[in-house]
Amino acid sequence: MEATSVKVARSQMAAEVVLEGVAHAYGEVRALADIGLRAAPGEVVAIVGPSGCGKSTLLDIVCGLITPQAGRVEAPRAVLMPQRDQLLPWLTALDNAALALRVAGASKAQARAAAHPLLKDLGLEGFERTRPAELSGGMRQRVAFARTLLAGAPVLCLDEPFGALDALTRADTQAWLAGALERTPRTVLLVTHDVEEAVLLADAVIVLSPRPGRVLATLAVELPRPRAATDPGVVALRAQALRAMR
Amino acid sequence: MAALLVVVAFVAAWQLYTVVSGLDEFVLPAPSAVAGSLVEDRALLAENFAVTATEMLLGLACALVLGVALTALLHLSSAARRGLYPLLVGTQVVPIVLVAPLLVVWFGFGVRPKLFIVALVCFFPIVVPTLDALRRIDPDRLKLLRTLGASRWQVLRFAEAPSALPALFTGTRLAVAVAAIAAVLAEYSGSEKGLGRLTLQSLPQLETARAYAAIVVLMAFTLTLYAGLVALERRLLPWASSSPKGPQTRS
Repeated sequence: MEATSVKVARSQMAAEVVLEGVAHAYGEVRALADIGLRAAPGEVVAIVGPSGCGKSTLLDIVCGLITPQAGRVEAPRAVLMPQRDQLLPWLTALDNAALALRVAGASKAQARAAAHPLLKDLGLEGFERTRPAELSGGMRQRVAFARTLLAGAPVLCLDEPFGALDALTRADTQAWLAGALERTPRTVLLVTHDVEEAVLLADAVIVLSPRPGRVLATLAVELPRPRAATDPGVVALRAQALRAMR
Repeated sequence: MAALLVVVAFVAAWQLYTVVSGLDEFVLPAPSAVAGSLVEDRALLAENFAVTATEMLLGLACALVLGVALTALLHLSSAARRGLYPLLVGTQVVPIVLVAPLLVVWFGFGVRPKLFIVALVCFFPIVVPTLDALRRIDPDRLKLLRTLGASRWQVLRFAEAPSALPALFTGTRLAVAVAAIAAVLAEYSGSEKGLGRLTLQSLPQLETARAYAAIVVLMAFTLTLYAGLVALERRLLPWASSSPKGPQTRS
């Protein structure tokens, strides 16, 4: 793998994400090998695979936090929602949501004013001044999502956004995310180890192999929304994805 | 509350012991005699207290400014870390007891050598935990800031500095605890006024109760400073989960 073969293009216009032949290793450990994927503007692409298959590395690459050792990456500005919510414990829910705006240079008052309507949309009215430690897991996740949306990037990279939630909160938050994306479409890369979640939320599911991660299958999910876990189409695709993983 | 009971019991036992043992007052004064000195010698104590308190507060202020600046420098520059950190440890193995008189020779009997010694002793407990906290920040927290497009300065301002604040408070509390010792030590090496100086003078004058009274005043001041810091931390950092009173179980 030569560094000269790496090409990372950051277009501000098209919200399309294209990866070709992307490979990366941490020292001796090869995390990703020959990854190719494409997410059309406004599309939700789920990336599933066993733990340690380089899914998080893939998102880091798309977000420009890591330069891959080989391959071509074409992506506009992408913002990462890291595993666990990573809310800052000293900031209130409102200030956590507004963090991206503060970083972008807005004053505290401007940032709060801009973040407030979104928190209200997310059903967090009345919790603006609450600190993360006093919010429930689902609420924290929604605040983190608000922060990610307010970064204003055309591409969102969500790393196991529902991983830490209990089953019921998880289902609610998934439904809420599906609704939010329907209202304001963005190109989304959703990393998860839960195949059902991938099929419920995504337009396409990419199945990765164990480390070093490579693409085992790309499944198109052409099912009407909203979807339920019990829909025959969802069940069939879930089985198909699981077969691809074996 | 439990701590107060222990103090009361200790003072009572002390009082009882001085009565039963029949020791001379200049060998071991009873708590009542110390209390008497606190009242009788209040003008003398106040005058000397003002000197020691100034040495401690100014010394702590120097240590805080120096400590925070050094911590920032060491955190931001790996070259400074490699070049300066071993020297910082070196400052702490300087035998202060021996150096203090030399500083008096150099700077004279005024407040300057005291400031120097208090700052020298106090900056280290400020730097070490704070720098440690900066280095142990969750890498994902920093990754989050970078993905939001934060500059180096913004990462420091929005994530690193607030993350390290509880450790800075811890370090300052440690510094307060040793500041009194440093100030008294500095006064022993040569001074005209101060509670340490007063204690030293009181013994040959057989005013042992006054020496004890000076110690009580110094302890009360240090405890007040400490409690003030704890209260300030609770107010400024209500999110920090550390219990500043030390290990305790939540009920």
